[in-house]
Amino acid sequence: MFAIFRREMSNYFTSPLAYVFLAVFYFFSGLFFHYVLYLGTTDITYVFSNLFIVLILIIPLLTMRLLSEEKKQKTDQLLLTSPVSLTGLVMGKFLAALCMYAIALSVTVVYAVIIAGYATPQWMVVVGNIFGAFILGAALISIGLFVSALTESQMVAAIGSFAVMMLILMIDNVAGMFSNATVASVISSLSFLSRYNDMTTGILSVSSVLFFVSAVAIFNFLTVRVLEKRRWS
Amino acid sequence: MLKWIRIPLSRAENVTHSVSGKIKRNGVFGMIEVQNLTKSYGDKHAVNDISFTVNSGEILGFLGPNGAGKSTTMNILTGYISSTSGVAKIDGYDILENPTEAKKKVGYLPEHPPLYLDMTVDAYLEFVYHLKKVELPMKSHIANICKRVRIEEVRHRLIKNLSKGYKQRVGLAQALIGNPPVLILDEPTVGLDPKQIIEIRNLIKELGEEHTVILSSHILSEVQAICDRVIVINQGVLVADGTADDLSKKMTDDFRYIVRIEGPEGEVLRLLRAITNMVEVQPLGQKEPGVYEYSLEAAPGTDVRRELFKRLVERNYPLLGLRSTEMTLEDIFLQLTDPGAHSKMGGEE
Repeated sequence: MFAIFRREMSNYFTSPLAYVFLAVFYFFSGLFFHYVLYLGTTDITYVFSNLFIVLILIIPLLTMRLLSEEKKQKTDQLLLTSPVSLTGLVMGKFLAALCMYAIALSVTVVYAVIIAGYATPQWMVVVGNIFGAFILGAALISIGLFVSALTESQMVAAIGSFAVMMLILMIDNVAGMFSNATVASVISSLSFLSRYNDMTTGILSVSSVLFFVSAVAIFNFLTVRVLEKRRWS
Repeated sequence: MLKWIRIPLSRAENVTHSVSGKIKRNGVFGMIEVQNLTKSYGDKHAVNDISFTVNSGEILGFLGPNGAGKSTTMNILTGYISSTSGVAKIDGYDILENPTEAKKKVGYLPEHPPLYLDMTVDAYLEFVYHLKKVELPMKSHIANICKRVRIEEVRHRLIKNLSKGYKQRVGLAQALIGNPPVLILDEPTVGLDPKQIIEIRNLIKELGEEHTVILSSHILSEVQAICDRVIVINQGVLVADGTADDLSKKMTDDFRYIVRIEGPEGEVLRLLRAITNMVEVQPLGQKEPGVYEYSLEAAPGTDVRRELFKRLVERNYPLLGLRSTEMTLEDIFLQLTDPGAHSKMGGEE
């Protein structure tokens, strides 16, 4: 697992991918932070509440290649015939993407420190925000990884994960289309956005944390199953 | 008297090194055991009820035309895909029930070498080293392998910039990492130039002194040149299993020839047909001015060459060429599956 993690990390930085990802992330988060400073507030929440849409655009960049390219280049033959479990393989890939994302997200700590230079921010809100963005990203990465396992083409993986994430973003609107209250509430309970927004305002509920953690677990599990199934078909 | 005992691998390896060469007699045991292996895709059987055992220290050739099920069998043995039914064991470990242990014993070079094109050779081999959780000292182990497969001069280059021959050798280096007792090589010489083919063949022979090797090929002469034992499969079914000598004896029945003779076609034809034991003569047309080729088929077990020579001398028709026709793989399958197919084959050509 560690070997795979290391290879993916070095691969991110030997290709332009990591730089594009970090540049786009830093640009938009910097732009949002600029507004925070412009408005003269210590509330960093604005940065995070706008981050979701940026993540939808750039997380597929991190995950599109991870499994699709292995299949296309037939390097999966090396991975699957080496003494590494499928879970180890998937976790190695997942953690590499998560680590890249953590590197990107760490810039928000700098923003908090800058604010702290002028006034005292609400540290718990800041910590809650960063943590919320981290587990939201983790959930999106595991979805992207899952889509990447389904195809041989990076492009299809990128557009596929983008579509899935867009749908997830719009799920509250979808719920509104149902007149049946039960159906609507079931669908809206799947909303990533409303749970994430709760977290950006400083409400860190156990159920939201569990929601994202289970999303990570479920999609990583499904990814393992997809790889397993391919060997049996 | 020597005893036949099943001894653990480490001891077997000692035997290998001390007795210089292959483990014979007292160290022989089934390193790879395959029983009733079947792989079906829908109602099509890619591999159909194959059973065989490869003893330690043996080089086994897997002969078959493209699509015969060679790669599928190898993919099952290495745990890349699963079998529909049947058992495959590497050194006693079932590949389905004990995959991690079994995979540690195998170095695999698939038909398409699994190379990361954007890595350097060194970085790639180090990755494989970590991936396989090898415990040998890394630097010297990788250096040794590079020396062995002769890729030392390209170690710092990106794999995508290497020639096909080098890529193939990097693939082989990858299979050797961790010094696994079993090597499974899927068509290791395909796409190489003749010089590289000879190099790789020699290397595999060398490797066969310390490893149990399975090698697939669709070239008969290659398998004969390298392997101790040959398994022939066609359409997923095991057709023959024997030593390379057995197989070549079966294959080299000299009873079909191509001759090139200078002289009028009609007369030469008549002359050839008059030879005792000649079953069939067919003209193949004019090859040089006044020179014609003919294909001859004699009755199996007879030799018509001397009489042919005498008769041509009598009539003063110079014999410009005589060669036995090479059997194609298809002929071999026909012969292996149907012992009475000799004359039929001649008739078809």
